[in-house]
Amino acid sequence: MAASAESLAIAKTDEQRARRDGFADRTFRRIVASAGIFVLITLAGVALTTLWGGREAFATFGFKFLVSSEWDTVGKQFGALAPVYGTLVTAAIALLIAVPISFGIALYLTEIAPNWLRTPVGSAIELLAGIPSIIYGMWGLFVFVPIMGRYVIPWLNDHVGNWPIIGALFRGPPLGLGMLTAGIVLAIMVIPFISSVMREVFLTVPTRLKESAYALGSTTWEVAWDIVLPYTRTAVIGGVFLGLGRALGETMAVTFVLGNVHRLSLSLLEPGNSIAATIANEFAEADSEIFRSSLIALAFLLFVVTFIVLAIAKLMLRQMEKREGKA
Amino acid sequence: MFHRIRHSLTAFAVAATLFAGSAQAVDITGAGSTFVQPIITKWSASYADKSGSHINYGGGGSGAGIAQIKAATIDFGASDKPLSPEELSAAGLGQFPIVIGGVVPVVNIEGIKAGDVKLTGAQLGDIYLGKIKKWNDPALAANNPGVKLPDVAIQAVYRSDGSGTTFNYTNYLSKVSTEWKEKIGEGTTVQWPVGVGGKGNAGVAAYVQQINGSVGYVELAYALQNKMAYTQLQNSAGKFITPNLASFAAAASHADWKSAKDFQLVITNAPGDDSWPITATAFALVYKTPKDAARSKAVVDFFKYAYTEGGKQAEALDYVPLPAALVQQIEAYWKAEVKL
Repeated sequence: MAASAESLAIAKTDEQRARRDGFADRTFRRIVASAGIFVLITLAGVALTTLWGGREAFATFGFKFLVSSEWDTVGKQFGALAPVYGTLVTAAIALLIAVPISFGIALYLTEIAPNWLRTPVGSAIELLAGIPSIIYGMWGLFVFVPIMGRYVIPWLNDHVGNWPIIGALFRGPPLGLGMLTAGIVLAIMVIPFISSVMREVFLTVPTRLKESAYALGSTTWEVAWDIVLPYTRTAVIGGVFLGLGRALGETMAVTFVLGNVHRLSLSLLEPGNSIAATIANEFAEADSEIFRSSLIALAFLLFVVTFIVLAIAKLMLRQMEKREGKA
Repeated sequence: MFHRIRHSLTAFAVAATLFAGSAQAVDITGAGSTFVQPIITKWSASYADKSGSHINYGGGGSGAGIAQIKAATIDFGASDKPLSPEELSAAGLGQFPIVIGGVVPVVNIEGIKAGDVKLTGAQLGDIYLGKIKKWNDPALAANNPGVKLPDVAIQAVYRSDGSGTTFNYTNYLSKVSTEWKEKIGEGTTVQWPVGVGGKGNAGVAAYVQQINGSVGYVELAYALQNKMAYTQLQNSAGKFITPNLASFAAAASHADWKSAKDFQLVITNAPGDDSWPITATAFALVYKTPKDAARSKAVVDFFKYAYTEGGKQAEALDYVPLPAALVQQIEAYWKAEVKL
């Protein structure tokens, strides 16, 4: 009798415990789910409010808003082509420079650098990521722009400007400002992001994979290219996206060195404009309804551009995986 | 714990009231033009010492100032561009000028010092239209005898952000160049046919200092602080004028305020032999029939103080106090229009 009472008590506490656990589990799941949904709500909220705010511009200019580079604040004619073009070009330059350098940094830190150097350089990269963009902008304007204007651009004009086809990209006035300068400053800004992600994921490659490759006589480069990179590819591309997102949306630094000109030009040495810089520059004094609406419509376009770029990259990744699966 | 906090808060509030001194001390808020932000901030600091009333001026741009005063979320707005009497009466607002300043063309040409180059308004317009492309253009040589202008391309620099400086500058160009008026027009930002845009006065100053052969426009304070080579400019009387506080003051006093209803007047290209042609002002906007008369009175009292005692502070920041006749006109306007 006593024994059965005891077992009953145990059964009861077990049941209580199970119920409590179940409750805790459900609560935890709800909290985590709401955190996930929060991202979706934020995203949808931003997309819908910018679309709503820009409805007047879209309704007035229609498709012309996307293909016109006119930005006449007095005559109230607005087109988004110049800032969209500038945003894409500067981000592309930034990635062209930043991705190989970041790869080099991460590879050096994980495979080649002596152990005592790895931690300080790793921390230095993270510190670089924390520098506010206005500092990069001021450095760009006061230090980098004069170097570009005095040495780099005249050299490019003389030596690359006369090449067929791509020469047209490198002919322009020696202002020092422009899309190339902005792209380089952006590259410096996104390198910490991309390289720290790359470094983290390179560290996850199992040592036995690498050691097997070395044992078979691979060089360090072969290990990096054939073992480390394929193993970490998805995460590496995620890191590149992080950098790309920052490059597409960067405002202050770009506005300082881009020249803020609403004109389309093929040359990378000419000043241009970007979506974020245009909004930052002009929103405060946007004095007509259609002007303000056009700026918000630009914000929506930035959203769309980012989405399309990410979608294309995801698609490419899937294609790559499919091909590998077949082979 | 909470008790303690509440106690100390009460004590703090009592102390604050005691320190504030006079019982009529009212804190007011304003927003708008960044052109007058430095001087309003300075005035409000000394006004707080004197009267106990604090003026919180938020800047934010003329557009924001107009929007916020229309929404009645602030006690006064400030705009670089005067509103029309129709717009004012539709919103129930009154308007009066705050202080005088000026916009100055600056150049970066090797061997050229401040005041060396003389330009006419039409030439300045042609430069920004891209029609005068080099500094040794014969048109520029005609009014610059004895000045060695080099064979260097002109690079125009403008404000990339919307600003009252740009409004006054383009308003001036529209007055002196019909081509500018027809093709470009005036505004806080316009569609510039040539040139590059720097952010803020500081951005334009930095671009001009870095680009050889450039010309830009900044407020006088920036030209003087950065020791930039400003130009002389021909005024409506045909005289070449050096920008300084005296020539700003001349323009302000020669401007035809008497016939400007609600002070709707942009004083660029003002008459007078000694007037600087790109002289500018900003306008305060207040409710004519205020909801809270005490707050509107505080606004008027603040500007009264600024007009009578703020002149020295204005000059220290390279602004010019309003001429006495204009202050009288404003005080009469307050009496007639603003119900306190």
